[in-house]
Amino acid sequence: MSDIQGLPAVAATRPAEAPGRRRPLNPSLLIGGTIVAAIVLLALVSYVWTPWPPMRVLPTEPYQTPNAEHWLGTDKLRRDVFTQILVGARTTLFVGLVAVGVAAVVGVPLGILAAMTPGWLGQLVMRTNDVLLAFPALLLAIMFAALYGGSTRVAMIAIGIATIPAFARITRSGALSVMASEYVVAARAAGRSPLGIAWRHVLPNVAGLVIVQASVSFAIAILAEAALAYLGLGTPTGQASWGRMLFEAQTTLRAAPHLALIPGGAIALSVLGFNLFGDGLRDWLDPKLEGR
Amino acid sequence: MSETPSVELRNVTRDFRRRRTSLTSPAPVVRAVDDVSLTVARGERIGIVGESGSGKSTLLRLICGLDRPTSGEVYVEGRPVHDQPPWRLGWLRATLQLVFQDPMSSLDPRMRVRDIVAEPLVAQGRRSGNRERVVELLERVGLSAEAADRYPHQFSGGQRQRISVARALAPDPDILVADEPVSALDVSVRAQVLNLIDEVVEGFDLTLVFVSHDLSVVRHVCDRVAVMRRGQLVEVAPTEQLFAAPEHPYTRSLLAAVPDLQQALAGRTAEDLAAGVARRER
Repeated sequence: MSDIQGLPAVAATRPAEAPGRRRPLNPSLLIGGTIVAAIVLLALVSYVWTPWPPMRVLPTEPYQTPNAEHWLGTDKLRRDVFTQILVGARTTLFVGLVAVGVAAVVGVPLGILAAMTPGWLGQLVMRTNDVLLAFPALLLAIMFAALYGGSTRVAMIAIGIATIPAFARITRSGALSVMASEYVVAARAAGRSPLGIAWRHVLPNVAGLVIVQASVSFAIAILAEAALAYLGLGTPTGQASWGRMLFEAQTTLRAAPHLALIPGGAIALSVLGFNLFGDGLRDWLDPKLEGR
Repeated sequence: MSETPSVELRNVTRDFRRRRTSLTSPAPVVRAVDDVSLTVARGERIGIVGESGSGKSTLLRLICGLDRPTSGEVYVEGRPVHDQPPWRLGWLRATLQLVFQDPMSSLDPRMRVRDIVAEPLVAQGRRSGNRERVVELLERVGLSAEAADRYPHQFSGGQRQRISVARALAPDPDILVADEPVSALDVSVRAQVLNLIDEVVEGFDLTLVFVSHDLSVVRHVCDRVAVMRRGQLVEVAPTEQLFAAPEHPYTRSLLAAVPDLQQALAGRTAEDLAAGVARRER
């Protein structure tokens, strides 16, 4: 094989790697997962047990600071703050899930469609997307609230719709690079249909991007719900929501700062938790990091 | 001709429209493949060589039904490919399979080797017996059965090309099309992969269409060579004849650019060889 020896080296050698081992959990996933799990636990616990009846005006003093009887104090309407945090966790999770669910279920297929149909259809999808993207999420939600009345349901659907373009965009950009790869040509040559390629190749390869987007959007949705409740357009009075609590605390910020700090801290912590969780999940799901 | 040729190209032309550069003039057109006619007999091993941009990859995509010619006809096993929509080319997917250039990008990083190799089978609606078939194929290309449960990144470039070959063999094709299958590989593993291709073409009685920019590689596996330049076939000849007595001046210049052992032993220095490489890559 003398003719082979004169060939120039092109690619660097790549040593064979050890077979896959269990993937180590990364710190982001661990910390984020713990926070997320804690919030889920709070929400679940609230269904079976709360220290005081939820949203009930109690025969006690208002504006109590945290004490043995009321762990996180009471608000101006003599309601137990810890109970509200527990019940509010439900709203927070529910809003996040529904908003991100609506956005991902609509946005991801749209993004893949736009990437796989380079003609006018793909253009149409993306231009429509740009129009929606240019529209502030909160403004859309306020519009919806004005049209359909302020409620948690309207708020989370509006936030979901407003988040669709973010998913469509990120999915399209990821899908475009997948479509340019040789393994998609290989799949076509193997006889896979466009739908099969979308399902077996494009979707798994953009999943990492979508997960990160979902965690970021989840955090944004929580904030948006809080903002809407704060503006009095989301969760109505009498129902627990962290944003609602923050809204009600603003008039007594000076006298009882803990009433704002506690729900504010809960919102900040959950946003942080979901962001970390998403980052960690993406890394953990990447088979390339297996066995390293 | 009594027997149907494996691949037949009749006056195939493929134009690509470039992005317009001015409002008034029409979009410039690039003729990637220019009036190419070529017949590949059953069981033949043909090499298509040319420098990058010569249109050999476009020609290959046309043969595989992954692209349509602007004009001309493409037949595989006597059946038309050029005017068929993708969903009518199921038979082609079972008859003709591909091995790609880049071992990094031709295997889906998120799929296990088992699913990669079985992909043509699954895509063509075969549901049972795939597990056994995958193991059989992996062993045929010199990998162990355990490879099935791993991901592509856990293999070296050469091993990945073996996986690629296994996938190509899965639907039991008659024609193997290889697009620069060793160009991205380290010199030390090139020979192994070339030998493997040689071996499976022999063993499975395949027709081989081998695209490369590298004549020395083509010489190793092909019995006929087609030289492409700027979209046209400038010379088609049996390998030995082409190497011994190249007719077209372009073929001669390509041959002169191939660094070989004789030249190296004849006292040429590393710089000379590097210059040869640089010249060829240009």
